[in-house]
Amino acid sequence: MAATDLLDRVAVRAATRARPFWTIPRRDALVGYLLISPQLVGSALFVLLPLGLVVYYSLQEWNVLASTFEYVGGANYAKLLADPNMGQVLTGTALFSVGLVVLNLTLALSLAILLNQRLAGTTFFRTLFFSPVLVSLVAWTIVWQFLLQQDGGVNGLLGVVGVEGPNWLRGETTALLSVIVVQVVKNVGLNMVLFLAALQGVPRQLYEAAQLDGAGAWTRFARITVPQISPTILLTSIITVVGSLQVFAQIAVLTQGGPGMSTTVLVYYLYQQAFQFRHLGYGAALSVLLFLIVAALTLLQWRLRRKWVFHES
Amino acid sequence: MSRKLRLGLYALLCVLCVPFVFPTWWMVTSSVKPISDIFAFPPALVPSRFDFSTYGRVFELQPFGQQYLNSLYIAAVVTAGTMAVAAMAGYAFARIRFPGQNVLFLVVLVGLLIPSEVTIVPLFQMFHTAGLTDTHWPLILVPILGAPSVLATFIMRQFFITLPGELEEAARVDGLGRFGTFFRVALPLSRSALGAVAIFTFLHSWNLYLEPIVFLSTPSKFTLPQALTQFVDAYGSPLWNVQLSAATMTALPILVVFVLAQRQFIEGLAHTGLKG
Repeated sequence: MAATDLLDRVAVRAATRARPFWTIPRRDALVGYLLISPQLVGSALFVLLPLGLVVYYSLQEWNVLASTFEYVGGANYAKLLADPNMGQVLTGTALFSVGLVVLNLTLALSLAILLNQRLAGTTFFRTLFFSPVLVSLVAWTIVWQFLLQQDGGVNGLLGVVGVEGPNWLRGETTALLSVIVVQVVKNVGLNMVLFLAALQGVPRQLYEAAQLDGAGAWTRFARITVPQISPTILLTSIITVVGSLQVFAQIAVLTQGGPGMSTTVLVYYLYQQAFQFRHLGYGAALSVLLFLIVAALTLLQWRLRRKWVFHES
Repeated sequence: MSRKLRLGLYALLCVLCVPFVFPTWWMVTSSVKPISDIFAFPPALVPSRFDFSTYGRVFELQPFGQQYLNSLYIAAVVTAGTMAVAAMAGYAFARIRFPGQNVLFLVVLVGLLIPSEVTIVPLFQMFHTAGLTDTHWPLILVPILGAPSVLATFIMRQFFITLPGELEEAARVDGLGRFGTFFRVALPLSRSALGAVAIFTFLHSWNLYLEPIVFLSTPSKFTLPQALTQFVDAYGSPLWNVQLSAATMTALPILVVFVLAQRQFIEGLAHTGLKG
């Protein structure tokens, strides 16, 4: 018994040596699969499965009494189309996103250009502009809530220059504006740093050559700087557009969607419907809408890149 | 650059700085002001005298120490977990060839496209069914394995792609296998990218707000952002002085640590995959 066993093993080993199964590419592939497995399983469980489920739940509605889901077909989508609040929510979301993206990107680029000048102390100022990124979001928002009151610090500063400020968070327009500004000041440092890195990568010779040819400051900016940093503009605008649709904590703390519904953006409305009113099915339908908007905007920007991104890495 | 222009630029920078610096300065100084100073109009830039009594009240009104610990340990676990998951997957996607690689990478990348708000309803249902609501599990598992870690994986992949192939060949000639090459050669070289990922992930977890208020209902399990909004009187109006002390304790230590580490952060950020 033992002898044949041994013979078998020798035979197997000889065969393996002749044509080893675990070749280097095979071993590599195994290691590859092992290394990506946590991320892959996680994606399946916490991204793809919920994405499928959100569509499934959007066809159901939560029955509070029975604590179960009931199939309702397209009722949630019909409700979405007929929802009298929807017009205001979508307008508010669009105004908020456009305002935030425009203000954030222009301010980020302007600050980056300012800090890219040959000036002593720019590192110090970079730290100052960047510091809100590192302050806890809710703490930051609470402070601004206090500063934006009728008799708060913002109006105090305005009073110094003789302007009487409004009650920022109580007016419909000023509330929306306030949430945008609070969010931009909090996060613009991130885009500023990315722009600064891009600006520092633009070859100096280009500017020197253009200057010899008599190009003015604006021409140099429009014809050299913008095309050269266009990949970064694309990246930051995608990040900022998607980020603007995710703003939740600031609104929950500053305005709770008010006054009226002026700051009720889609994410906040989704939260209210799903978790405050327990319309989980309707919340799921709103989530599907949010997903479609984000996907469409990302795709659009990605398509546009061929048109205005100068070179691709 | 002329002297005049230089002075003008400095003045501009100083004015622009105000909204970035004043709120933090005001939060920290107000937390040690007597209450009459907080409501002084126009606002006082420095406290007229120091009053630390509200710091004590923070801990009387809520289990703030416990909540601080919750936020700290959740952020630490999430950061360590994300670094591990992202480094492994990023390395494999960048440097190893295996069948189905591109398709699997696209599957993972879907997570980048999906804001976590989109999946909050089904995730709530899933954890509810598993009996894990009002626990910290959703706040730990979803960030490490779900959509938030995909960005980290992407950053790590972009970094590992730039590593010169000769390094790996040399490692192989020296007899290191794939795992050995990953742990002993690639990983130590990725310190700057890993540092950026770590800081990103920590801040993301530390700032999480929607998920805690959806998943948690017991005050002793709350995380800091959620706890901060709970310092209100019987009518729901904020207790400003207490809230500002709690906010200072939440924000200041992180701010100080990261400002000290900012070189690592900003350079890591600029030199990894986030650069266009």
